[in-house]
Amino acid sequence: MSEIDKAKKLFGKWFGGGKAEEAAPPPPQAAPAEADESASEDSGDHAQTASALTADGDECVTPAQGTALQGTSSPDPAATQASAVEPIPADGAAPETGRGRGWFQRLKQGLTRSSNALTENLTGLLRKRRLDEDTLQDLEDVLIQADLGVETAMRITEALAESRYDKEISPDEVREVLAREVEQVLAPVARPLAIDGGRKPHVILVVGVNGSGKTTTIGKLAARYRDEGRRVVLGAGDTFRAAAIEQLKVWGERTGAEVVARDQGADASGLAYDALARARQADADVLILDTAGRLQNKANLMAELEKIVRVLRKQDETAPHDVLLVLDATTGQNAMQQVEVFRQVCGVTGLAMTKLDGTARGGILVAIAAKHQLPVHFIGVGEGVDDLQPFAADEFARAIAGRTA
Amino acid sequence: MFESLQDRLSGILDKLTGRGALSQDDVAAALREVRRALLEADVALPVVREFTEKVRERAVGADVVKSVTPGQMVVKIVHDTLVETLGSESAAIDLNAPPPVPIMMVGLQGSGKTTTTAKIAKRLSERQKRRVLMASLDTRRPAAQEQLKVLGEQAGIDTLPIVAGQTPVQIANRALQAARFGGHDVVLLDTAGRQFVDEALMSEMAEIADAAKPHETLLVADALTGQDAVNLAQSFDARLALSGIVLTRMDGDARGGAALSMRAVTGKPIKLVGTGEGMDALEEFHPERVAGRILGMGDIVSLVERASETIDQEKAEAIAAKMRKGAFDLDDLAEQLQQMGRIGGMSGVLGMIPGIGKMKKQIEAANLDDSLIKRQTAIISSMTRTERRKPELIKASRKKRIAAGSGTRVEEVNRLLKMHRQMADMMKQLGGKKGMKGLGALMGKGGMPGPDQLGGLSPQDLKGLPGMGGGGGGGLPPGLPPGLGNPGSFPGLPGLPKGGKKK
Ligand SMILES: Nc1nc2c(ncn2[C@@H]2O[C@H](COP(=O)(O)OP(=O)(O)OP(=O)(O)O)[C@@H](O)[C@H]2O)c(=O)[nH]1
Ligand SMILES: Nc1nc2c(ncn2[C@@H]2O[C@H](COP(=O)(O)OP(=O)(O)OP(=O)(O)O)[C@@H](O)[C@H]2O)c(=O)[nH]1
Ligand SMILES: [Mg+2]
Ligand SMILES: [Mg+2]
Repeated sequence: MSEIDKAKKLFGKWFGGGKAEEAAPPPPQAAPAEADESASEDSGDHAQTASALTADGDECVTPAQGTALQGTSSPDPAATQASAVEPIPADGAAPETGRGRGWFQRLKQGLTRSSNALTENLTGLLRKRRLDEDTLQDLEDVLIQADLGVETAMRITEALAESRYDKEISPDEVREVLAREVEQVLAPVARPLAIDGGRKPHVILVVGVNGSGKTTTIGKLAARYRDEGRRVVLGAGDTFRAAAIEQLKVWGERTGAEVVARDQGADASGLAYDALARARQADADVLILDTAGRLQNKANLMAELEKIVRVLRKQDETAPHDVLLVLDATTGQNAMQQVEVFRQVCGVTGLAMTKLDGTARGGILVAIAAKHQLPVHFIGVGEGVDDLQPFAADEFARAIAGRTA
Repeated sequence: MFESLQDRLSGILDKLTGRGALSQDDVAAALREVRRALLEADVALPVVREFTEKVRERAVGADVVKSVTPGQMVVKIVHDTLVETLGSESAAIDLNAPPPVPIMMVGLQGSGKTTTTAKIAKRLSERQKRRVLMASLDTRRPAAQEQLKVLGEQAGIDTLPIVAGQTPVQIANRALQAARFGGHDVVLLDTAGRQFVDEALMSEMAEIADAAKPHETLLVADALTGQDAVNLAQSFDARLALSGIVLTRMDGDARGGAALSMRAVTGKPIKLVGTGEGMDALEEFHPERVAGRILGMGDIVSLVERASETIDQEKAEAIAAKMRKGAFDLDDLAEQLQQMGRIGGMSGVLGMIPGIGKMKKQIEAANLDDSLIKRQTAIISSMTRTERRKPELIKASRKKRIAAGSGTRVEEVNRLLKMHRQMADMMKQLGGKKGMKGLGALMGKGGMPGPDQLGGLSPQDLKGLPGMGGGGGGGLPPGLPPGLGNPGSFPGLPGLPKGGKKK
């Protein structure tokens, strides 16, 4: 964890911003963010939450609230999974039907089309024969340019050096070996999101920073689950951004999923409550809740997420069953912080990475996988309804290593 | 991971005391750290290479100014080069063309184009009294046009009526026509997000530009962007000849290296930065701020400057000598408190520490203000001379008197005494071991109390002891009067000589 993060967590603990890992006794001035949102510095952003925390939130207060609160920061994914009757593998195992072109195909095209630095670098490597310091440095650079970060890049090249240093190695082999090193880190996190058929509904809460691709990913997921014959309800929990509700409604129409919405400016947790009530009533299999984008360093907005989780638990104390954090592949090192803070605040259980149809490689995922071992469920490879694929460690690793053949 | 560059360089370069100029080797060692710092801040590798080369040329042979360590010298060169590369003069949106002046917004999906379009429109309309029309050319993303319409209503800006079925080029033409009829001064064209490897969409974008002939073409890019920033900026620039860049989400906690990457490869100015979702969250670009942020140094440069102006060197050296002998009394503590007050007090110091700046508000909210420094100084000055020299004399009745005299409470007096005791103990220990160097190490690599060092403290400690205290063993105190921090390697503090050696 970075120093900044540590400090932030600490300050979060002391001053009530953000969620601490352990429940430290709050100092007197740490007013619960919930009660105090109007006083926060982000009055321009999501400002309505302050005034909107009224009837809806309150009408559903139950004695269980206290305990629900405690669980908020760490819903136990193991527990949720343990009670799963027969998890139906929604992806991964699902055969790749004729949907769109494969990501790998696109990727190849993308790489040939773009004057990608990675490929250039690797072309440079073609001439080298011995795995020496220079080659290792070049490999490290390849990884750095894929956004793995210096530390992770160094660790991986060191591992490579251990086994192969000063050995004759063909250029093809170098890339293969590099890809394999990366794959080793990623393989354990390539896990499908399993919908628990026993739950009515299985609740998926979707979170992330602004513009990362949450709403689009929800649309794609809805299509997928509808194709599997499930009844899907979408909750338009982004009550803040202009036309966010309309955007989700379009996805609802496209996919035949019912959308539960309120007006823009309504309380997001109230909407979450409504959506879950509706999904239960409609005997839906899956409820996917959209949320407004939020940067993880905004304590008041993060507190709003906590509240959504809390309110969901008033109806179903096991909800949300999955908390999907959507990361943008173009994001650099900050994605690590996103994972750390969102995980702490709302118990992220899995990741999706979008926008891998560009030249960004999303290599920070390797650092994230090494540190957090959070499952990576999906990747987004375009804006269309079919442009969602299960995360495959080998393909991802090859793309990072620039091994496109 | 996020050590400040200063922290790193001090480890490497502080060995090189007392030399006149930076040698090739010194600089090479330093540049390895510079490289790493930049990469961790998401500056793209090719830009890092070029940048470190530039720094190398300037640093080798550079004279190390007296009273500044080689580390500080390099940091200064890096910082100045960074500011220069980012563009020292600010570039405003240029409206110097016959109306309606077309401005086109482009960028990757989700980078913030639509929001920024509305922000700029509002700004031009409010600050420059221009009549602005906005049009969304995004016919692909669900509800994209609706989004701009809603923003227009919110911000009180005209938007082009939505007509279903038109192509982006058709909409652009209609917008320009409507603006001419409507007497608008500026037409803002929001376009759909696109990947630059998507040839179909890139040529669509070029067609729009051909039709609209924008006077400004702004690339809207996310401050969180990683290494891909160079490809991104280059590809858009190659296709459109950008006139500038807007960097969004600067309200996040990313280091923002993308700013340097994009500026360096395109030479195009960063015209504005987005700092929130609200319609007013748009600011001018300040290269010094971004430079500090990229280097993870907060506003360390100005701290260095202020500190070197205000710390009384002689007194600081005298205290250092006492520390080594383990004879650090309450007078010395008072002196440290005063020096700290002079460089801006607790919040001033904390605000300049990387990663803490943003928490300033919370710190203030917690009453960690400078009145604490004043109160502690008051406590000490209510003691007699003997008491200050021999704090162990201070028992219950004396404490009461001191509390009454300083207008504080006995608990506060206790806290201060405890703090002093802990500090003195630690100094004695260290004096016996590695001398002052060890003290520095204990207090944080760079002497700046890194947020790391805050770790061992409870809020109570922090509250009671501005900048000092430190619960036993938990690492020394945040906001420690810098003179105590890490003698010698604290940026710019000529104050305490390291390890007793004179520079
Ligand atoms: N190329 C590409 N674009 C994507 C992908 N996923 C989402 N997008 C686009 O990214 C942009 C933002 O997506 P949204 O789904 O609106 O993102 P969001 O996280 O809901 O955004 P906010 O709600 O505003 O925080 C849209 O233009 C999407 O079409 C992807 O995998 N590839
Ligand atoms: N925190 C923060 N959020 C921003 C900023 N600028 C835009 N956003 C948010 O980022 C998300 C995406 O913004 P849009 O304006 O829809 O982005 P876009 O580039 O038009 O997206 P597409 O049209 O889908 O490509 C929204 O949630 C905005 O509210 C900013 O400076 N700071
Ligand atoms: Mg959304
Ligand atoms: Mg848009």
